[in-house]
Amino acid sequence: MIKIEKRNDVPMALYFFTPFIAIILTILGGGIIFYILGFNPIEALKFYFITPISNLYGFSELLLKATPLCLIAIGLSFCFKSNNWNIGAEGQLTFGAIVGGGVALLFYNQEGFYILPLVILAGAIGGMIFALIPAILKTYFNTNEILVSLMLVYVSKLILDYLVVGPWSNPEGFNFPETRQFSDSSRMPLLFEGLRIHAGIFLALAAVMLSWFILYKTYLGFQIKVSGLSLKTAKYAGFKGKTMILVVFMISGACAGLAGVGEITGPIGQLHRMISPDYGFTAIIVAFLGRLNPFGIIFASLVVALTYLGAETAQIFLQIPKYTGQVFQGMILFFLLASDYLLFFKVKILSLKKNELRH
Amino acid sequence: MYKNFFRYLISAIFLLGFSVNSNADFKVGFVYVGPTGDHGWTFQHHEGRNAVEAAGIKTTFVESVPEGADAERVIRQLAQSGHDLIFTTSFGYMDPTNKVAKDFPNVKFEHATGYKREHSNVSTYSARFYEGRTLLGHIAGKMTKTNTIGYIASFPIPEVIRGINAMTLAAQKVNPNIKTKIVWVFTWYDPGKEAEAAQALIDQGADVIMQHTDSTAPVQTAEKAGVWSFGQASDMQRFAPKSILTSIIDDWAPYYVERAIAARDGTWNQQDTWHGLKEGMVAMGPYNSAMGADLVKEVEQLQKDLASGKVHSFTGPIYDQKGNILVAEGKVADDGMLAGMSVYVKGVEGDIPK
Repeated sequence: MIKIEKRNDVPMALYFFTPFIAIILTILGGGIIFYILGFNPIEALKFYFITPISNLYGFSELLLKATPLCLIAIGLSFCFKSNNWNIGAEGQLTFGAIVGGGVALLFYNQEGFYILPLVILAGAIGGMIFALIPAILKTYFNTNEILVSLMLVYVSKLILDYLVVGPWSNPEGFNFPETRQFSDSSRMPLLFEGLRIHAGIFLALAAVMLSWFILYKTYLGFQIKVSGLSLKTAKYAGFKGKTMILVVFMISGACAGLAGVGEITGPIGQLHRMISPDYGFTAIIVAFLGRLNPFGIIFASLVVALTYLGAETAQIFLQIPKYTGQVFQGMILFFLLASDYLLFFKVKILSLKKNELRH
Repeated sequence: MYKNFFRYLISAIFLLGFSVNSNADFKVGFVYVGPTGDHGWTFQHHEGRNAVEAAGIKTTFVESVPEGADAERVIRQLAQSGHDLIFTTSFGYMDPTNKVAKDFPNVKFEHATGYKREHSNVSTYSARFYEGRTLLGHIAGKMTKTNTIGYIASFPIPEVIRGINAMTLAAQKVNPNIKTKIVWVFTWYDPGKEAEAAQALIDQGADVIMQHTDSTAPVQTAEKAGVWSFGQASDMQRFAPKSILTSIIDDWAPYYVERAIAARDGTWNQQDTWHGLKEGMVAMGPYNSAMGADLVKEVEQLQKDLASGKVHSFTGPIYDQKGNILVAEGKVADDGMLAGMSVYVKGVEGDIPK
């Protein structure tokens, strides 16, 4: 018989160490998969984790890929810390991109220093509004925020589809489902000539600093953390639960919206149907891998971004199927949850006694 | 004199060695929008790649590359890692392809279905799929009992509208009462949506279903409902053996092999290629025996005439939905008109979504 017991003495140092164990196990697991697929595991892992960032361009691409993941995960950490399960960051990203992109399209033939800030602000507000829908429904109508926020992802994608096919499609674009190119004033400035890394990375870094400050230095952060640990305690302490739910969803939505705007004003430069390869969902892994800690999230976003790049490099050089990237992301989450489980619970194997069977 | 002779000899050997060496290193890269799979758009490009490989040229592919920010990195990586010719096989790669081409003037780029050739090392290519649609229209016009053809369309781009019009014109020629009903699904691949669209069309009385989307759901829905259908991009006969009358097959292999060899041998030039039945870029799957021997013979003759140019898919008089003349009697539509086609011909029901 197997018995599972809660551990009483969980060392906190180990709690922050398990993500590394998860990553090491993922790399080992990946090596085994490569071996089974018939590739040299050492060589495959080298192409996966080292080659993509072995030059300046690759490093810039890593940061470019990590920026939206980091931004979204920072936002999600507010929700998750306070026991609000916002699964719809992808929808908030999409809606933020729609609103920000709409503003950029208004100015498509104009130049001016004020345009980009307007576009960014519009994107943040768009994401915020879209995140408020599940928040308001949860606080005033007791709906389940997981379902509502998830379903809204599809709503936002359909709105985007409608806009780029219909009213916003490029009049000179032969009806292809895409908008005009944004003017240069709506584009994120590039940091280095020839590299794609853009000023959006400062938004992500600012979000990290700000979230650290809010979570650890303000009363709001204290409320969020207490609510996450025990809703009853929070109520007993007299925290205004409804306002807090609205606030964490707004922060989360704004971050996702910023990520969306960063993509369309950064590397993409227009609106079309494929603005995000599911960053909003992958960021959930990033948030947990980073232990919902602002600095942990920076690290986690870099690791997860690398799995995207590695999958491409491994296919180019060794023709390993690109879907291994998703396998890696899945494995990271799996091993993280598994090591957490073993951290908080212990498994006891008890020997069966014959008379116990008679019950 | 001897001195000169040796000089020439040495440089000749050196050049020979150099060129042999560069031939051996010659590599072709492919960027796919979907998984390689076993049918459909990307599968056909993958078949083309296999043909290049069979011709003794090294190739690499990257599958399921999203048409967003990731495309540029993948294309650039292929260019950086020593690929000399890169095929980017989806419309959404148009801008990233041109952007990377600017930074790699010595690498050749071929972009499928696009219209931008901003640098001298970018070519574009596509197929005259509408010629295949003409054959489908002829068959559909003869096979339908309800005079209603159901058409599952993806996006209202000229390519798709051209197919709808070519099919309708050919069907009307053999059956003047033909009506084409269209459902726009706004996706290239979504089995659920495509199946629903097929069912909706069947419910509206369509007894021939055709699709400009990538999944096998429409032909399987047609098979279940006992109506006719046509395969798209690949020979889809095995997915609906009773229902499928024939398939339009995209055969990129001859083009890919030709361009890869040209690039290797240094004879590659910038082009805008639009090949059809004649060159074999558009091919037809086996004809269903349920069509009857006479119809098969007719269609095979029409296929030959389209290939030789004796018959053109868009021969006047062609009218739009309101009855305005688009192409005068005795004239054929030119490529410019075909490339920008954005109105339905008479006989198509509904409006183009705006």
